[in-house]
Amino acid sequence: MPVLLQLQHAGLIPLQTKGTKVKLIIATIKPFKLEEVREALTDIGVRGMMVTEIKGFGSQSGHTEIYRGAEYAVNFVPKVKLEIVVNDAMADQVVDTITKTAKTGKIGDGKIFVLDVAQAVRVRTGETNEDAV
Amino acid sequence: MKSLKWLPLAAALATVPVMGLAQTAEAAPAVDNAFIFNTLLFLIGGFLVFWMAAGFAMLEAGLVRSKNVTTQLTKNIALFSIAAIMYWLVGYNLMYPGDGWWMQGVLGPIFATADITGEPALETGYATGSDFFFQLMFCATTASIVSGTLAERIKLWPFLIFTVVLTGFIYPIEASWQWGGGFLSEMGFSDFAGSTLVHAAGGFAALAGALILGPRLGKYKDGRVNPMPGSNLALATLGTFILWLGWFGFNGASQLALGTEADANAVAIIFANTNMAAAAGAVAALILTQILYKKVDLTMVLNGALAGLVSITAGPLDPTLFGALWIGAVGGVIVVLAVPFLDKLKIDDVVGAIPVHLIAGFWGTLAVPFYTEGTSFVTQILGFAIVGGFVFVVSIVVWVILKATMGIRVSEEAEVNGLDVSELGMEAYPEFTKG
Repeated sequence: MPVLLQLQHAGLIPLQTKGTKVKLIIATIKPFKLEEVREALTDIGVRGMMVTEIKGFGSQSGHTEIYRGAEYAVNFVPKVKLEIVVNDAMADQVVDTITKTAKTGKIGDGKIFVLDVAQAVRVRTGETNEDAV
Repeated sequence: MKSLKWLPLAAALATVPVMGLAQTAEAAPAVDNAFIFNTLLFLIGGFLVFWMAAGFAMLEAGLVRSKNVTTQLTKNIALFSIAAIMYWLVGYNLMYPGDGWWMQGVLGPIFATADITGEPALETGYATGSDFFFQLMFCATTASIVSGTLAERIKLWPFLIFTVVLTGFIYPIEASWQWGGGFLSEMGFSDFAGSTLVHAAGGFAALAGALILGPRLGKYKDGRVNPMPGSNLALATLGTFILWLGWFGFNGASQLALGTEADANAVAIIFANTNMAAAAGAVAALILTQILYKKVDLTMVLNGALAGLVSITAGPLDPTLFGALWIGAVGGVIVVLAVPFLDKLKIDDVVGAIPVHLIAGFWGTLAVPFYTEGTSFVTQILGFAIVGGFVFVVSIVVWVILKATMGIRVSEEAEVNGLDVSELGMEAYPEFTKG
C-alpha cells in the first residue's frame, strides 16, 4: 500500500475526500443588495442565513468628509456579510445566485468564499451535517 | 320688581372690595394690573429661560460622542440645580445688593440668603419671587455655557465645584456691576439681556477651563485637526430650536416690565428682533460654509443661529428688523470663522461655545451703539474688558486650584473608554454597545 494511504488509514493525516458534505459560504455584498439576494436564495431553496453589518475595504477605497472645518478620511465602507450553510450539492448554485444578484458592475460588489464545515448540528433535534442544514 | 332681579348680583359685587380689604389694612382702590403683568412677564420669561437648560442639554448630548452622552446630560441637570441653590444661598443678594453694598458699586453682601416671602412688593412693581425666579435662570445659563466646551475629558465633580463658585460668586458679582446698579451701569455701559454679563462671561469661564484642561486626546495630532463627530445631530438640532424658543424669554422678559402699552410694544419688538437675528445667523452660516467647504455643515448652521441670538442679546430693542438681521448675520459669520481658528490655536471647544458666546458676545456688546442712543463703542469695549478680565482671571485661579488639589481631567484610559463608563458606570445607549 502506498505510504500516503497507509498514513491516512492510520488516521495520522486527513483523508482526502472529494469535499465534505456541508459547506459554509461567506459573502460580502453592498447593503442595498441584501433584500434582492435574500429573495433569490430563498427561491432556490436556501432555508436560512446569517446577516452581519460590517465595515471593510477592498479595491473600493473610502472618501473624505469635513466636520466643522476639519477634513478627515473615512477609510471603511459599510457592507453586509452573509453566512450561509448548505449541502455540498447546493453550494455551487448558491454561489452563482449570489454572484448574479449582488453584482452591479461597479467597484465594491464584494467577494464570496466557500469553506468546508467539519460538523453541523441542529439544536432542536440533534440532527447532524446534511440533515442539519 | 325689576330691580329685585339684580339684587343677588349686586350683593355679590358688593363683597368684592370687602374681600380685598381682608388682606390689607388700608383700602385697595383698584387692582394693580401693572404689578400683575410685570410679574407675569418675569414668570413666563423665567420658565422660557429654564427651557434653555433643556436646549443646552440636547445640543451638547448630540455633539459629543456616544460614550460621553450620559455624563454630559448629568452635568447639565446637575449644574442647573446647583445654580438654583447657589443663587438662593448667595447669588441673588450679591447681585442685587440694593442698600446692602459692602463696597459700593463693586461688592455686595457675600452671605445673604434670598428671601421672597412677605406682602406683594407693590412699590417695586413686581413680585420679588418672580424677579428671583427669572434672574436665577440667567445664572444657570451662564454655567451651562461652560459645560459644552469642556466635554469629553473633564471630571464630573471638579466641574460641579467650579459651577458652585461661578453661580454663587463670579456671575453675581460681575452682574451686580451692571444690573445690580454697580459701577458699570454708572459708566454708561449697556447690556440689555447679557451678551457680556451672561454669554461672554460664560465664554470666558469656558476658555479658562479649556486652557487649563487641555484638548481631547488625539484631537490635534501631527499638525492635523482630527474631527470627533457628534453622536446625534437630531438632538443637537432639537437643542438649538429649544434654545431659540427660550431666548424669547431671555431677551423679551429683560424688558423687566409689561405693565404699560409701551412695555408690551417693546417686548413685541424684542421678540421679533431676537427671531430675526437667529435666522440671519443661521443663513449666514449656511451660505458661508457652502462657500468655504463646498458643503453646508449643519453643526455650523446651528452654531450660527445661536451666535445670532447672542449677538442681538445686548441690544434687542432698539435695532430695526434690518438691524437685527445684519447684527445676527455677523454673528453667524464670526462663528464659521472662529471655530477653525480655535482649532489652529489648539483650543479644543467641543460644541463651539467660545465662538458662540464669547466672541459673538463681544460683537453683540460692541454693536449696541449702532442703534442705542447714549452709548459709546469705547464704553462698551471697556465694560466687556472689565467683566471679561474679572471672569477670566478668577476662573483661571479656580481651575488651577482644582487641578492642583483634585485633578480636573480623567485618566487617559477613562477618556478612551468614555466618561459614561468610567465616571458614571452607565451608558447612554446600552443596546448598541460594542462590549
